[in-house]
Amino acid sequence: MTRQELLIILGMTAVTFGVRYSFFVLGDRVSFPAWVRRALHYVPVAVLTAIVVPMVLLPDGVHWQVNWRNAWLAGALTSGVLAWRRLHLLAAIGGGMGVYFLWRVLGA
Amino acid sequence: MPELATSLDPRYSRTGEFWRGALDTLPMMLGAAPFGLIFGTLAAPSGLSSGGALAMSLVVFAGSSQFIALSLLAGQAGLVVIVLTTFVVNLRHALYSASLLPFVAELSQGWRALLAFWLTDETYAVVQLRYGADDASPNKHWFQLGSSVAMYTNWFAWTVVGVVLGRSMPQLQRLGLEFAMAATFTGIVVPLLRNRPMVAAALVAAGVALLGRDLPYKLGLMLAALAGVAAGMALEARADQKEAR
Repeated sequence: MTRQELLIILGMTAVTFGVRYSFFVLGDRVSFPAWVRRALHYVPVAVLTAIVVPMVLLPDGVHWQVNWRNAWLAGALTSGVLAWRRLHLLAAIGGGMGVYFLWRVLGA
Repeated sequence: MPELATSLDPRYSRTGEFWRGALDTLPMMLGAAPFGLIFGTLAAPSGLSSGGALAMSLVVFAGSSQFIALSLLAGQAGLVVIVLTTFVVNLRHALYSASLLPFVAELSQGWRALLAFWLTDETYAVVQLRYGADDASPNKHWFQLGSSVAMYTNWFAWTVVGVVLGRSMPQLQRLGLEFAMAATFTGIVVPLLRNRPMVAAALVAAGVALLGRDLPYKLGLMLAALAGVAAGMALEARADQKEAR
């Protein structure tokens, strides 16, 4: 490892850890005002949806694939329906992956 | 009595929580495997030494910024550019940190630092679900520890495999394991869409993420998250007003 690499890795570690620790460091010394607590309520849905939807609708990152042949879409819809019907999370994941792989096999 | 029952229940013991955290993270480990492997194989061609690649997975532990660092290194970018880019790419983790703080606030500084070091998208997704569950387990942070250790070990192991092989494994990459992350996130989000504000948050986040998908440094993702939160808040406020009238 060169000196330059070492510095880069140390710098990346510092900023990554810094961001992740930014609120944890506060511990119980702060308590968020009510409106912030309400806002944080929406973080999981907003972030996870923002990560998943582009992956599913543009699997290669460039081309829209809004059609029934898209294995990502078929698999994610299956996971979504299973989860909506209150099945266990692992069942929803397994079902979606099953359909995804089936689609890939049938499509190949 | 319910308090006592919870503390005696083996599912809520430290080891019980730890292993459940690891188990619930299993699909994400499958999904991350191809990426760890590709990261390891791409290191040398990008000009990062084997030791550098291993160290990065061990101490930075942030998939997307590790990949971006490789492409920047390949393009001869300097230290400052790489570190600043890493910072911006990882900004969304500040949202995770804020979102989980209420659940870890009482833990010692050491515990909080350790859990923060390991806070990835994947662990956040499963762990927020566990903290939100309505049982009174006193050891939910052990669930987070289990999920974190599982992701960390998995990421490092696949980096090692990639570095050692020094070439890609088309068989593994063709499997499409990356889909596991999409299936898991979908399975987690859908049951949360219980009311209009949540649905609005999801729709707006999705829309902004799609519109902003070509923005650099994952800024589109950050904007989408903030827009989704704002949409949820706006609809919640409107519903409150209606009720008050």
